Amino acid sequence: MINTIFGTKLGMTQVFNDSGDVVPVTVIEIKPCVVLQKKTISRDGYNAVQLGYGEKKEKLINKPLKNHLKKANVLSIRHIREVRVENPDEYKLGDKVGISMFKTGDYVDVKGQSRGKGMAGGMKRWNFSGGPKSHGCTNKRGPGGLSASSYPSRVFKGTHMAGRMGNDAIKVLKLEVIDIREKDSFMLVKGAVPGSKNNFLAISKTKRHVKPKVEKKEPVKKATKKQIKRGK
Amino acid sequence: MSNFAAKISQEALKKDIPKFTAGDKVRLSLKIKEKGEKKERIQIFEGRVIARSGSGIGKTFTVRKIAAGGVGVERTFPVYSPSIDAIKVLEKTKVRRAKLYYLSRSGKELKKL
Repeated sequence: MINTIFGTKLGMTQVFNDSGDVVPVTVIEIKPCVVLQKKTISRDGYNAVQLGYGEKKEKLINKPLKNHLKKANVLSIRHIREVRVENPDEYKLGDKVGISMFKTGDYVDVKGQSRGKGMAGGMKRWNFSGGPKSHGCTNKRGPGGLSASSYPSRVFKGTHMAGRMGNDAIKVLKLEVIDIREKDSFMLVKGAVPGSKNNFLAISKTKRHVKPKVEKKEPVKKATKKQIKRGK
Repeated sequence: MSNFAAKISQEALKKDIPKFTAGDKVRLSLKIKEKGEKKERIQIFEGRVIARSGSGIGKTFTVRKIAAGGVGVERTFPVYSPSIDAIKVLEKTKVRRAKLYYLSRSGKELKKL
């Protein structure tokens, strides 16, 4: 079974649920993913399928890739990723996996590249509190001390400091699928997902534990003391 | 990229909503479902619209009413909320401001408005 498919972030909006509450949702467009190659234990050392997603201009695809895609009978693919599966023989080259994998009420993990923030200071990057803004203070947004003096007399590796922020691979866990619009190939997921609009995302069934939904039973009314006395 | 937000909210935006602006007196019929109860009931909330804000499906409006004991109550509703059964415009008023927040902080005479 393929557990992961790919999509494009379209942006955020809101919908109303059954009880009339507003739910913030991210709209993810899911185009069909095409199986391009199978990897097996005997040949590659692991079981996986290679999936292709999206399209780009055909003239931008070089010959080796073109011939690779030919085996699955597709003309152009933008992103190629591998997905681990237990039994790759379930799939044929050119098979399409799509949005029908998920249904409303499922939980998914969404992985994507976060927005790059560039060179950022400690306050933005690591939530440092900074110094006081007034009373003649000279340390306003600085990091403060980095380490102790005589021992260890150096700055430990990995100490939080200013630097490049964002543009990391971020996985958001356990987002609820609010709706699946198969006609538009839209998937509505509750909450935010990494990256800007048109970001390439990997959506997989959640690895987190999901409580099985139990249907609520009507509470049985207990007989009151009075009723018991009366023998009812 | 197509206009996804419009596509998503299509059904909600189709709802027939009368035109009203800040200053108008409105009567809202709100669908209310209490815990444990299966049936819905309608509750009336009547007051003056003091603000409209937002765009698209996120449009909201704020209604201010004077409840029992002269306590001002302000509630904000999404315009396209399915829990609003009906909006009835009772009275149109000419106001010179888009947001009538001054009503909440000013003296008693204005509260009667």
